[in-house]
Amino acid sequence: MGSVAAGAVRHPVVRRLSFVDAFLWAFRLAVVLVVVWGTVGTLRLGRYTGEQWVDFVVFGLAQGGIYALIALGYTMVYGILRMINFAHGEVFMSGAYTAYFVAAPLAASGFLNRHPILSLLLLVAVAAVVSTGVAVLVERVAYRPLRRAPRLVPLITAIGASFFLQYAFRGLYGSGFKAYPEFELFKGEWQVLGIGILRTQAVVLASAAVLMFALYQFVMRTKVGKAMRAVSEDKDAAALMGIDVDRIIVLTFAVGGAAAGAAGILYALVFKQVHFFMGFVPGIKAFTSAVLGGIGNIPGAMLGGLFLGVVESVGPALFLDGLGIVAPYQLKDVIAFTMLVMVLIFRPQGILGERLAAKRA
Amino acid sequence: MALLELEDLHVYYGNIHALKGVSLHVEAGEIVALLGANGAGKSTTLNTVSGLLRPRRGSVRLEGDDLIRVPPHRIVERGVVQVPEGRRIFGQLTVLENLEMGAFTRTDPQGVKEDLERVFTLFPRLKERAGQVAGTLSGGEQQMLAIGRALMARPRVLLMDEPSMGLAPLLVEQIFDAIQEINRQGTTILLVEQNAYMALQVAHRGYVLQTGQVVLSGPAEQLRENPEVKRAYLGG
Repeated sequence: MGSVAAGAVRHPVVRRLSFVDAFLWAFRLAVVLVVVWGTVGTLRLGRYTGEQWVDFVVFGLAQGGIYALIALGYTMVYGILRMINFAHGEVFMSGAYTAYFVAAPLAASGFLNRHPILSLLLLVAVAAVVSTGVAVLVERVAYRPLRRAPRLVPLITAIGASFFLQYAFRGLYGSGFKAYPEFELFKGEWQVLGIGILRTQAVVLASAAVLMFALYQFVMRTKVGKAMRAVSEDKDAAALMGIDVDRIIVLTFAVGGAAAGAAGILYALVFKQVHFFMGFVPGIKAFTSAVLGGIGNIPGAMLGGLFLGVVESVGPALFLDGLGIVAPYQLKDVIAFTMLVMVLIFRPQGILGERLAAKRA
Repeated sequence: MALLELEDLHVYYGNIHALKGVSLHVEAGEIVALLGANGAGKSTTLNTVSGLLRPRRGSVRLEGDDLIRVPPHRIVERGVVQVPEGRRIFGQLTVLENLEMGAFTRTDPQGVKEDLERVFTLFPRLKERAGQVAGTLSGGEQQMLAIGRALMARPRVLLMDEPSMGLAPLLVEQIFDAIQEINRQGTTILLVEQNAYMALQVAHRGYVLQTGQVVLSGPAEQLRENPEVKRAYLGG
């Protein structure tokens, strides 16, 4: 032992630069090189106009707002239980998919376009209620009995619950894509400061912003929100203050579920279809957002979601087009998950949060 | 009838028999000290009363009502509130939010407002720092906050676990002054302490725990004079 330590002291530089470190530095360098080279290339080509860049950013923000709303559920549950609720993507899917069966008759009867705002609120309410119900049910059945089990166990049941929900909804609603009805009101563009912005994206971005603001105020200002923060810090101390910890945990799942349900409707507005598997990719993207912002940190999840959305939307054109890659937009998931890997390696605590592994269990 | 009565409590951690038939009682208006070395079972006793631990045998009664199987948050509602060992304040919440959490079960906003003023009178430092994040307080201030937070529940019985732990002597004096003041205002106190000297000065009666059993009990002045207590806990 002693001699090894002494060796480390004698050659600190040599010992520090292990193979893994060298590889990581090469990885960093490669990413930076690709980004810089691609960006210079793209800007020299001048293929995109200023307006197109604005479009990319706005689309990214709208998409990011959806990620952020889903990410809130991951981050709040992590904050309170130190576990990743991998069934959260399915919570998101369940609300949007169920609300389709309200949206379709509304559209068929013409109500949807006669009262678009009312219809949208109704759909959001239906989706939020269903998603909340599913989230609370998953907590009750799959997580609560395992509250005192090792941390790997609820992770496994989370994956099980995720598959269960996917195939349960496939059995319930069928395996095909369902085309969501479109709102006439949200077609076309609005002119904002002389720039045309797709109405759908404006609506999505505004709704996401309002919901995030409301949720943040709820957590920061209400008694229940404060109790959620207290429970996430110290469950026993919270119980000693008269807080019903189980009830607060259920409420956390419910609030996260409601946000995911609302996000589901916004997603359906943008992509205009639903499917039993639709929760998987947005779920993982939202998880990425939560990690990016710092898991357990609510403003972090919002920031992470918006950041991921923008990078994913601007990135392919900015970094990849200049490298001569054909159809760079198909590689947007590569950008997202490269970011996840890089955050986990280089800054596990995320932009605003604490270190994932160091957080007390 | 005693306000709080523990009878023949047996508590286990897995196979470890932590409390081996602890019986004690606290009368309304008293300060009762629970003394003993590390690992004697003092915190275990308080956590059993608070409902965090479930005894295998025995009973905890508040004015005759059994508290076993009552969940911790309901025990707080009934007026038995703990200031936990190591303070356990919510470090990321503000001082005021911590105090609000203490009043979580309350449904009388007017009474809560009065109690907030009472806590601020007792610990003026907390008022100065009401908007500050609690994790940035000093150790003494955190202990004041932990006590103030428990008082916000308007307890009938206050369980205090090592309130002097890790504090400078001057602060220990302050905390013990506060304990006496709280008691004068009508709150019954069960006080767990390693600082037997201070505890026996403020307490009316005391119990000495050793490896999960009550080995001595009696009025505080009598315990102060007891040769065994002197040798083991009072350094003389």
